[in-house]
Amino acid sequence: MKESRLFPWLGVIFGATYFLVPLIATFEFSLRMERGRYSFEAYRIVLADPYFQASFGYSAVIAVCTILVGIALSVPTAYVVQLKLPRLRPVVEFITLLPLVIPAIVIVFGYLRMYNSSSWLPLTSSARGTDLLLTFSYVTLALPYMYRSVDTGLRAIDVRTLTEAAQSLGSSWPRILLTVILPNVRVAVLSGAFLTFAIVIGEFTMASLLNRPAFGPYLQRIGANRAYEPAALAIIAFAITWACMGLINLFAAMGRQTQRR
Amino acid sequence: MAFLTIEKLVKTFGAQTTVKGIDLAVERGEFVTLLGPSGCGKTTILRMIAGFETATSGTIRIDGKDVTNLRPNQRHIGMVFQAYALFPNMSVADNIAFGLKVARKPSAEIAARVKEMLELIKLPDLGDRYPYQLSGGQQQRVALARALAVKPQILLLDEPLSALDAKIRISLREEIRAVQRALGITTIFVTHDQEEALSMSDRICVINEGNIEQLGTPFEIYNYPKTRFVASFVGTLNILNGRVLDSTSGRLSIDDQEVITARGIGGASTGDTLALALRPEALSIGHANGGSNNLTGTIDEVHFLGSVVRIRVRFKDNIVSLDTFNRPHSAPPERGQPVTVNFTREDILVLDRPAI
Repeated sequence: MKESRLFPWLGVIFGATYFLVPLIATFEFSLRMERGRYSFEAYRIVLADPYFQASFGYSAVIAVCTILVGIALSVPTAYVVQLKLPRLRPVVEFITLLPLVIPAIVIVFGYLRMYNSSSWLPLTSSARGTDLLLTFSYVTLALPYMYRSVDTGLRAIDVRTLTEAAQSLGSSWPRILLTVILPNVRVAVLSGAFLTFAIVIGEFTMASLLNRPAFGPYLQRIGANRAYEPAALAIIAFAITWACMGLINLFAAMGRQTQRR
Repeated sequence: MAFLTIEKLVKTFGAQTTVKGIDLAVERGEFVTLLGPSGCGKTTILRMIAGFETATSGTIRIDGKDVTNLRPNQRHIGMVFQAYALFPNMSVADNIAFGLKVARKPSAEIAARVKEMLELIKLPDLGDRYPYQLSGGQQQRVALARALAVKPQILLLDEPLSALDAKIRISLREEIRAVQRALGITTIFVTHDQEEALSMSDRICVINEGNIEQLGTPFEIYNYPKTRFVASFVGTLNILNGRVLDSTSGRLSIDDQEVITARGIGGASTGDTLALALRPEALSIGHANGGSNNLTGTIDEVHFLGSVVRIRVRFKDNIVSLDTFNRPHSAPPERGQPVTVNFTREDILVLDRPAI
């Protein structure tokens, strides 16, 4: 007997309404800057704002640095855990999940206490040092996503046999990691990278408390002082996040297609 | 001196000893198979030769050089794995070239060697393909070419045919043996498949519970097994209980019927019970092969297997199986029919312990 589909559809409609109505309302509001007609004036102003460009550019650079450090940290760790220390997997997974349960504000206060200008490693005493600290903060924040993506990717391939095959052909560990393992978890790494990018672009707490000119604090400042531009910025931020998610899905689908072959 | 020498090799995992003091000498260009059931330690021995496992004690020498504590990438060995282990991100040509690139060979030499290897494995036009575009048999041939491209001192084959279907397995084992002979490369082959071992090897090393049970040519292993384990593991075997009547002349009694063995049963006393083994192909119904031993029994079961008919004959307590060719013009014997089973005195293998 065919079950009634009414209730599932009601659930979908309710969920879609819950998420879409505020988004549509925000979008609609962002178009009403000019009295009496819809226009993209708010978007034009936002995109032309040098602070927007500077803060977005800054966050994008920090995001790329975060991704590179995240890959450098996660890939060898997940690889070694899978190959040599499988018993440590629960411990490492627990550690990588900690940033999800420890609030960002607690982490950043911890960093400020550890690396302030009078500490043994005064990272906050210079702009570049603080940028470095912000990058490491973001690496911590994105660690659950990056590590789990990489770990999932590694589980999908026969890491041990590929490693042994490369070893038997005379390859060293760094070469194995760079030429054999990393290319084969490319899709997983890209998924982690896009998630990291999305997180870093919108992050406010760490950038604000470390006083860096990132996109998150810029969003907050505009939101506090303007009417239509914050709505346009919110839509732009959504678009960036969704673009990242779309790219994750695209690469995941490509990966699945390659595996099926 | 042998090319590969293994002396008193031991491997323990925690409290369990997997390899219990193996000694093995393999000559240059020889094809030696480590044969045994799952968990007997054969793969562990191979992995210790490759350097993927560290020996608990003992030494491994290749061409006189002690490699026991060398890292895998310093041993100059080639290895083919059961799961192919081709690098999925690289084309066939790049897979074969991998070891040569690691060794920093000139690109012209790499290209020539890759071409040579592709021709050797009879896949000259598939260099640009990726592993996922190849069949299992083709992938394993590429894995073989990749292992051979670096001209290793020793080729290690870890059950390379297990993942393939029966037809490909047979053709590939012939190809592997032909390539090995052509290159004259010293090869250690691990398998649990007795047919593979018998058909491919110069010598077979039968392993059980971490010990070498017997080392010999396929002919010796099959026809002259030294232990009950070898006799039962290699080939199909009928095991019967026989009572010693006269150890000097080799007279034995099987279910109160007298037979004579040509094998020595010295050390056994009159009245001792011995485990005797008879290969199914050594037995015939009636007096067809003119052997001096005859046992009378009744047909217990007849299985028609197409070209072969497997017949089970019961004497009293002992049962034997024997195979006869299917002859379309004469019907197979029927259950309950009395028959005489004939075999020669050389066909009786005397095993170490009584059958249970």
